[in-house]
Amino acid sequence: MSEILLQIDGKEVKAREGMTILEAARSAGISIPTLCYHEKLEPYGGCRLCIVEVEERGWKKLVVSCVYLAEENLVVTTRSDKIDRIRKMIIELLMAHAPDSVELQNLAQEYGADRDRFEKEASFCIHCGLCVRYCAEVKKKNAVGFVDRGTRKEISFIPEIAAKECWDCKECFPLCPTSALQAAFVLTKALYSPPPSSEPESEE
Amino acid sequence: MSRINSPAELEEFRKGILSKRDPNKPCITLCSGSACNATGSGEVAARIEEELQKQGLSDEVDIRRTGCHGFCERGPIIINRPEEISYFQIKPEDVPEIISETIKEKKVVERLLYTDPDTNEKIIHESEIPFYKHQKRLVFGSNGNIDPKSIDDYLAIDGYSALAKALSGMTSEDVLEEVKKSNLRGRGGGGFPAGRKWEGTRNAPDEIKYVIVNADEGDPGAYMDRSLLEGNPHSILEGLTIGAYAIGSHEGYIYVRQEYPLAVENVNIAIKTAEEYGFLGKNILGSGFDFKVIVHQGAGAFVCGESTALMTALEGRVGEPRPKYIRSNIKGLWDKPSVLNNVETWANVPLIINKGADWFAQFGTEGSKGTKIFSLVGKITNTGLVEVPMGTPLKDIIFKIGGGIPNGRKFKAVQTGGPSGGCIPEELLDLEVGFDELTKAGSMMGSGGMIVMDEDTCMVDVARYFIDFLTDESCGKCVPCREGLRQMHKILTNITKGKGREGDIELLEELAETAKEAALCALGKSAPNPFLSTLRYFRDEYEAHINEKRCPALSCKELISFYIDPAKCKACMICLRKCPAEAIDGGKNKIHIVDQEKCTKCGTCFEVCPPRFGAVTKISGEPVPSPIPEEERIIRKRKKK
Repeated sequence: MSEILLQIDGKEVKAREGMTILEAARSAGISIPTLCYHEKLEPYGGCRLCIVEVEERGWKKLVVSCVYLAEENLVVTTRSDKIDRIRKMIIELLMAHAPDSVELQNLAQEYGADRDRFEKEASFCIHCGLCVRYCAEVKKKNAVGFVDRGTRKEISFIPEIAAKECWDCKECFPLCPTSALQAAFVLTKALYSPPPSSEPESEE
Repeated sequence: MSRINSPAELEEFRKGILSKRDPNKPCITLCSGSACNATGSGEVAARIEEELQKQGLSDEVDIRRTGCHGFCERGPIIINRPEEISYFQIKPEDVPEIISETIKEKKVVERLLYTDPDTNEKIIHESEIPFYKHQKRLVFGSNGNIDPKSIDDYLAIDGYSALAKALSGMTSEDVLEEVKKSNLRGRGGGGFPAGRKWEGTRNAPDEIKYVIVNADEGDPGAYMDRSLLEGNPHSILEGLTIGAYAIGSHEGYIYVRQEYPLAVENVNIAIKTAEEYGFLGKNILGSGFDFKVIVHQGAGAFVCGESTALMTALEGRVGEPRPKYIRSNIKGLWDKPSVLNNVETWANVPLIINKGADWFAQFGTEGSKGTKIFSLVGKITNTGLVEVPMGTPLKDIIFKIGGGIPNGRKFKAVQTGGPSGGCIPEELLDLEVGFDELTKAGSMMGSGGMIVMDEDTCMVDVARYFIDFLTDESCGKCVPCREGLRQMHKILTNITKGKGREGDIELLEELAETAKEAALCALGKSAPNPFLSTLRYFRDEYEAHINEKRCPALSCKELISFYIDPAKCKACMICLRKCPAEAIDGGKNKIHIVDQEKCTKCGTCFEVCPPRFGAVTKISGEPVPSPIPEEERIIRKRKKK
């Protein structure tokens, strides 16, 4: 593996080939906020919070650092007025769903985001996809997935798989930044399980 | 049919086809694209066959059901060849007269001709009609001459000669160089130079490479790709095969939306016959080059028109764009180098190879070469598909070809580039259409949609409409698009309902910036355009809605009231009777009054009030005048002198 030298926020950073900007930055102790990133999972690029500015041969552009690969001589800026403004907006948009998420509240404080800028939405889920991807990529069970698409997209457990796999696993629970996942799981469980009076303690 | 094994055999075969065709034999061509099928082309065709049989002419007259001619406003269209007498808006009952008069007697049936609305002159030949006269139909022109289900028809108009030329007389580098030199830019949206895209794939180290046709045309009102695929599928296959040869690909895909059944049918027939003839498959025309094509039907997601989402869908997964920063021409379908071009781009390739890059580059502007097909819809007299050289001024397309705005209304704006394009106002009508010119004006070429709007169109509502479409079609993967558009849609809806607040414009601008800068794919990045371009040219309309609760176009229902001017009302009872909400009070000789509480703002009274009275008006941004006193409502008839 050859070594790459790049510059992040004015600091010389060493990275291995194939590393993303985010990985390179974190290895050098430079923090970039993320919501949908997880080191065991394929980069998803969904939350866009890890957006940074890169300069290459005089061209500046905004990219998301969880996907963009580190390159030799790349000049990266992780904070600027524009980057902060975009991150603030992303946090505010997500707080319409999960105003009480501790993770979002911490980010809101850092970026001066207003938790009540937008009218509240019905669902807590911020579609980071951590539960869905973790179950598919790490556990290889696909017990939880996305249904529908776009603004109507929601996470949903597949009852047939969830009934068998989830009760002893629940590894996705702590990944969820908003606790929507537990709610969805409990709901599905409740819907799927027969009424307690007819069949008590039938848990597999 | 045995395979054609060399360019010489192809020319021999072509001669054979042409020698069997008598150019003087009467031939009725009838356009049978999806649009005209919907207006009865099928019934007309059945009637033609029946009538020919009845009049004992079945063997003496050919019928050819062609693809779309473009003038859909006046379809179905019949052209009687060889005289090329053209008839419009044909109904089955017109057929007997056409056959007995025009086919038998060579006489023109006046009432079926096109009448020029300006001069009232009847026009016999299609090519002389203003709609066609000002076009340059290089790509689209053959549609009206061939039966898309007949490969012999395509061969009769020199089809597959470009493929033969490329495979026999040119190296793959030569082909690539020619396309690069032509400066052909992608007709699907981004306008990326096709040659450069091809070159990247060609030079990529992988052995396996793919070529793909993007026929996932999803813009509301746009149907040029459908018409090409339905009407001239071989031209796209030929272009694709030439591209595959230049790149070194042996497998191609056509990603076509399921909602285009006729296109799917015709392209499948075309592939099958092309394989039989030896234009696809192993050792094409004896050149040693192998190439096969597979049709894949999309499931109806707008986002699958985006290149990486399309490839993900082709792989059998949910059609969502990829987040990677690597061009798909280097790592695309199944991570192999893949060239994706849209239907119209591929259809240009045989022309460039046959006639040369210099010929091609004589059309168009410095930055945009060749022609472009536009789908002209909305408040326009001549709805249809038009092909013009790049650089044609917008006003020529809208007024000379499109015939201007119907019903005596005034032009307000034209929306180009599909839902994520932008609105161009009247003061920019001299703009010459081209990729860079449209982008500079805050819109884009997109795939060539053109939606014309008249003075009755509210630009805030237009932005709301397109943002609504895009919100609905967002794949939902990234926050700036999914959540940002959701909020933009809410705010815009509120503004059109009179609930706009101070600061809404600034908030919309901030949301637009977030989507533009941070969204994952090109669709998300361009999604705020309908808002940004209408704000740029029609800011006063936004401000009127928010600050004065007034809709200047008198279109937003919740911001207008219908009011009957007592000085003009003749108490004729028409509006009173037609009002579905029974919201109009009055009587014979009693001036009518709209009960604002009951009024549903359907606009019926406004439409039915006789223009010579013009008593019903729309009011916005000001209170409705109080009703006049009861005693003044009685109209006393003047005594006749």
